[in-house]
Amino acid sequence: MHELNYEAPTSLDQAISVLAAAGENGRMLAGGTDLIIQMRAGVRQPGQVIDAKKVPELQALSFEAQTGLRLGAARACCDIIADATVQQHYPGLVEAAGLIGSDQILARASVGGNVCNGSPAADTTPALIALGAVCHIAGPNGTREVAVEDFVTAPGQTVLAPNELLVAFQVPAPQGQAADCYQRFIPRNEMDIAVVGVGSCVALDGDTCTAARIGLGAVAARPLLAKEAGDALVGKTLDDAAIEAAAQLAQQAASPISDMRGTAEFRTHLVGVLTRRTLKAAAARAR
Amino acid sequence: MATQQEHKFKVIGTRPIRHDGVDKVTGRAQYGADISLAGLLHGKVLRSPHAHARIKSIDTSAAKALPGVKAVITAQDFPEIGPGMAAMGELPINPQHLSLNCIARDKVLYDGHVVAAVAALSPHIAEEATKLIKVDYEVLPHVQDVVEAMDDKAPILIPGLGKGDDGEPTDTNVANHIQFARGDLAAGFAAAEVVIEREFDTSMVHQGYIEPHNAVAQYSSDGQSTIWVSTQGAFTARDQTAFVLDMPPSKIKVIPAEIGGGFGGKIPIYYEPIALMLSKHTGKPVKMVMSRADVLKATGPTPGSHIKVKMGADKDGKITAAEVWMAYEAGGFPGSPVGAGCMCVIAPYDIENLKIDGYDVLVNKPKTAAYRAPGATNAAMGSETVLDEIAERLGIDPLEIRRINGAKEGTAQPAGPKFGQIGFLETLEAAQNSDHFKSELPQVEGRRVGRGLASGFWFNAGFQSSATVAINSDGTANVVTGSTDIGGTRTSCAMIAAEVLGLKAEEVHPVVADTESIGHTDMTGGSRVTFATGTAVYEAAQDVLNQLKGRAAKSWKVDADKVAFQDGVFTCTENGAESMSLKELAGKLPRTGGPVAGRASVNPRGVGPGFATHVVDVAVDEETGKVDVLRYTAVQDVGKAVHPSYVEGQMQGGVAQGVGWALNEEYVYGEDGCMQNTGFLDYRMPTCLDLPMIETVLVEVPNPGHPVGVRGVGEVPIVPPPAAIANAIYNATGVRMLDLPMSPPRVTKAILEKNG
Repeated sequence: MHELNYEAPTSLDQAISVLAAAGENGRMLAGGTDLIIQMRAGVRQPGQVIDAKKVPELQALSFEAQTGLRLGAARACCDIIADATVQQHYPGLVEAAGLIGSDQILARASVGGNVCNGSPAADTTPALIALGAVCHIAGPNGTREVAVEDFVTAPGQTVLAPNELLVAFQVPAPQGQAADCYQRFIPRNEMDIAVVGVGSCVALDGDTCTAARIGLGAVAARPLLAKEAGDALVGKTLDDAAIEAAAQLAQQAASPISDMRGTAEFRTHLVGVLTRRTLKAAAARAR
Repeated sequence: MATQQEHKFKVIGTRPIRHDGVDKVTGRAQYGADISLAGLLHGKVLRSPHAHARIKSIDTSAAKALPGVKAVITAQDFPEIGPGMAAMGELPINPQHLSLNCIARDKVLYDGHVVAAVAALSPHIAEEATKLIKVDYEVLPHVQDVVEAMDDKAPILIPGLGKGDDGEPTDTNVANHIQFARGDLAAGFAAAEVVIEREFDTSMVHQGYIEPHNAVAQYSSDGQSTIWVSTQGAFTARDQTAFVLDMPPSKIKVIPAEIGGGFGGKIPIYYEPIALMLSKHTGKPVKMVMSRADVLKATGPTPGSHIKVKMGADKDGKITAAEVWMAYEAGGFPGSPVGAGCMCVIAPYDIENLKIDGYDVLVNKPKTAAYRAPGATNAAMGSETVLDEIAERLGIDPLEIRRINGAKEGTAQPAGPKFGQIGFLETLEAAQNSDHFKSELPQVEGRRVGRGLASGFWFNAGFQSSATVAINSDGTANVVTGSTDIGGTRTSCAMIAAEVLGLKAEEVHPVVADTESIGHTDMTGGSRVTFATGTAVYEAAQDVLNQLKGRAAKSWKVDADKVAFQDGVFTCTENGAESMSLKELAGKLPRTGGPVAGRASVNPRGVGPGFATHVVDVAVDEETGKVDVLRYTAVQDVGKAVHPSYVEGQMQGGVAQGVGWALNEEYVYGEDGCMQNTGFLDYRMPTCLDLPMIETVLVEVPNPGHPVGVRGVGEVPIVPPPAAIANAIYNATGVRMLDLPMSPPRVTKAILEKNG
C-alpha cells in the first residue's frame, strides 16, 4: 500500500522549502482534480503532497491596465470565470477555464493546475498561449519566467525542475481593439476532453489586424503556438481569405496523432474549422 | 386508443409513488456493495492483459505471502466442468463456458479475462496481492473483427467448436448458423421496381448500468451457502453458480440486493462463484466489487456486427423480397443474440419472400450478454435504413411505406409463427398524428437539420414466475415475488394486486424474496415481469379474493357463490342487507379459519409483442460532423399501461441508450487487442446535455394473453433510435451513414466525400 505525507504551507518560502526537501518525491496539489485521480490510477505516486491553496501568491487575481492580469496558479476556476474584469478583457480565457468540468470541479480546479498537469489537450493552455501569457516560476535559486507555449515539454511534463513551482501567470493587457476566443471540439456537449482546442487572440486597428496569436491544443505532444498562422494575419483585413490562409498555416503547424479520441486526419481538419471560427469570433468581439 | 373494450380500472393506469422510492432517494436502499458482514474479507481478481493467450503457469506464492492475504485461488481450485448444454429454467446454458468465463483455465480469450482471485483483510491488500501473482502466458494471435474471425485462417478461440459433415469436431469460430427462409427470393427481386443492397458495421456497446457488478458470499462448513448480489435473477444467479461450483442449487441461497441498473447485463454471473470459493477457502464472508474498467472490459456488452440487407419493392411500395445476412460478435464464448436479431429484423413487415442468415461468431472480446432487445437494434439499423432508401427512391413517404407493408394480426413473422393482436399500424397512425410529426422542422443557424423515422419490433418473453399474496390484519396486503426490480415492477405488481383486492396501491406492500422464500422465478428480462410475474400476482390475488369470499360466506352462513365483491366491499347476494368491507373481514380472519394467503406459479404463453415507431429531428454541424438531437418522439404499443409514468420512463430510457449507441458509444481496441476506453470519459454515453426531453406517445392495444392486457414495454424502445437518427442525418445532409456509431469523424468524412 502506498503512503504519503500532506503539507499545506502558508507562505511561498515555506512551500519552496517543503518542495525542495521532498525532491523527486514531491508534487504540488492545487484543486487535485487531476492529481488525485492520477494517484488513484497509480499514474503518479508522490510521497509528499504539498497543498498550494494556502500560499497567498498562488491565489492572486488582479488586473492592472498597464501590466494586465496577475493570476495565481492555484486560484480556482470558478473565481476566475466569475470575475467581471477577466470577463471583460479575456473572454476566451473565461471560455477555456469554464470548460474544465462541472460546477463542482470548477470550484476546485485551477488554471495553474490545468497547465502544470502538462496535458496536450488542456483547455486553458492554448487560451493562455493566444494571450501571450508568461509563467512565473519560483524555486530555491530564485524566480524565472517562461512563456506559456514553452512551459509544457511533453505529455505530463513541464519545464519545472523537481524543486520548482508555478506561482502565477502574467497575462498582458489587451492593446486597443483586441479580444480572444477559445473553442474546443468534443463529441458530446459535456464531460469530454478536447479532440482539438484552439485559442485565438487578435488586435485590430480599424479593419486592419495589428497582432494575432493562435494557440493549439491536442494536436501535438504539447500545446503549440501557431506563430506563422498568427503572423500571417498582421497587416491584413480579417476577411475570409485571410482567415482561411491562417487556418491552413495552423493546420500545417499541427502534427496530431490518431487515438481513441480522434484520427490525425480528423484533428487536422478540426484545426482548420476551429481556427476559422475562433478568429471570426475574436475579431467580432474586438470590433 | 385501446381497441378492446375498456376495462374500468381503479388502480391500473394511475401513477402512484413507487414503493421503493423513499428508500432510494434517502440512500437507505441496500445495493450489493452496501452489504457488510462481521469478519468480512475483500476479494480482488487478476485479469488477463492479453486478448488471446495460453496460460502456461501461475505462481501465487508471493501473493500468498503478503501479510493480510487470506487466500489466492485460480481455476485449479474450481471443479472442471465438462462440455454440453444444460437447462436453466427454460433457457439453455453451457456450464463449461460459463465456468471458463468466470475464471480462465488454460486460455484467456479476451483482455480482462479473470485468471486468479485473492481474498484479504482489505481491498487494498487484495489489490496489491494480485500484482504479486506471476502468470506465464504464451501470447497467441487474436482476432476481433467478426468477418475476419469467420475466415478459415483466423486464430481459433475454442478448438473443436464446429461439427464437420462426418460429425467430427472441427475448428471454427462460427458457433452457430441460423436461417429463416420462405417464398421465392429470386422471383421477389425480379418483381421489384427498386432493389437496394447495403452493408453495415456496428460497434460493440455496453449497457452502461451505473452500479458495477458485485457479490458478497458466505460459505458454511455444512455446505449451505449464501450470496448477496445485485442481479436480474436470484434463481438464475443461484443456478449458474451451482453449475460453476458443481453444487446442488438447493445448497445456495441467493439474496438479491437492490439493483442499480441491469438492462440484461446482470443476468450472467461473474463474481458470485469466485466470492463463494474464496469464502470456502477462508471460512469468512468475502465481498467483491468491480471497478468501471472491470465492468467495461469483461462484463456483458452487446455485440458489434456486420450486416448486409438487400430489399426490393414494387412501384406501389410493396416489399417483394428481403435478404439479410448478419454476423454478430459472440465474444470469447458462444451466445450472441443473433437468433433474436434474425427474428426481429424486418418483423414489422409482411414479406412473402425472405431469407435471413445469422452467424454467431467468436472474437477475442468479452462474452456478450443480453442488452435491451438483444440483437434487434443492430438489425433494425440495417433494415430500417434500407427501407428508408427504398421509400425515397420510389417517392413514397417513409411512414406510408411502413403502413403499406405493416404487419397486423395474422401476418407471419420471419421465424414463421403468425402474429396475434398487435398494434404496429396503430403506432404509425399515432406517430403521424403526433405534434412532432405535424410540426415544421426547427431551424438552427449554421447547422443542417433533418427528420428521420424508424420502427422496431421485440417479441417479449414469458417464462416462469411465482407469487404469494397475504392479507394483513389491518386489511392491507403483502405481495411477495421472486422478480428483482429493475424497472418499477414491484409497484406494477402491487398495483395489479390492489386492483383485484379493491385496495389502494399504497395499501399493498411488495417484496422481492430470496431463493428460499418464494417458488422458482426466472430472471428479470425479456420485458416479462409485469406480464408473467404480474400474471402470477393477479392469480394469487384472485386466490386470496376467493378465500375471502369463502370467509364472508362462512360468517353469513351462505354458499360462497352468494358473495359478491366490489370496491373493497363484500356483499351477500342472498341477503342484500349483509355487507362487510375487506378491512373488516381482515380483522375477523383468526375467527373464520385463520390467515389468508394466496399463491400462484405460472408459465404464461400469451406473450404480447411490442412495436415502436420513432420520429427524430437532428441538427448536423457539417464542418465537425457533430449531430445534436433536437427533438425525439417515441410512439409504442405498450398494451395496457399499468403505471404510465414507468412505461414512459422505459421508453425514454431506451431512447437515451439508443441515441448513445447511434452517435458515440463504441468499444475501442488497440492493435494489441486491449480495450482502450475503459471509463465513462471515453466510452461516451449521452449526458443530459446531449438529449432533449424525449416525448412519448402510449398506444394501448391490450394483450389478450394477459389478465389486464399487459405487454412488455422495456426493450423495443431501444430498437429504432440508430436507424431513425441515420435517416434524419440523411434527410439533413444527403449522406447515408452505414456504420455505428455515427461519430463526428465518420460523419465529417462522409460529408467531405459527398462534397468531393
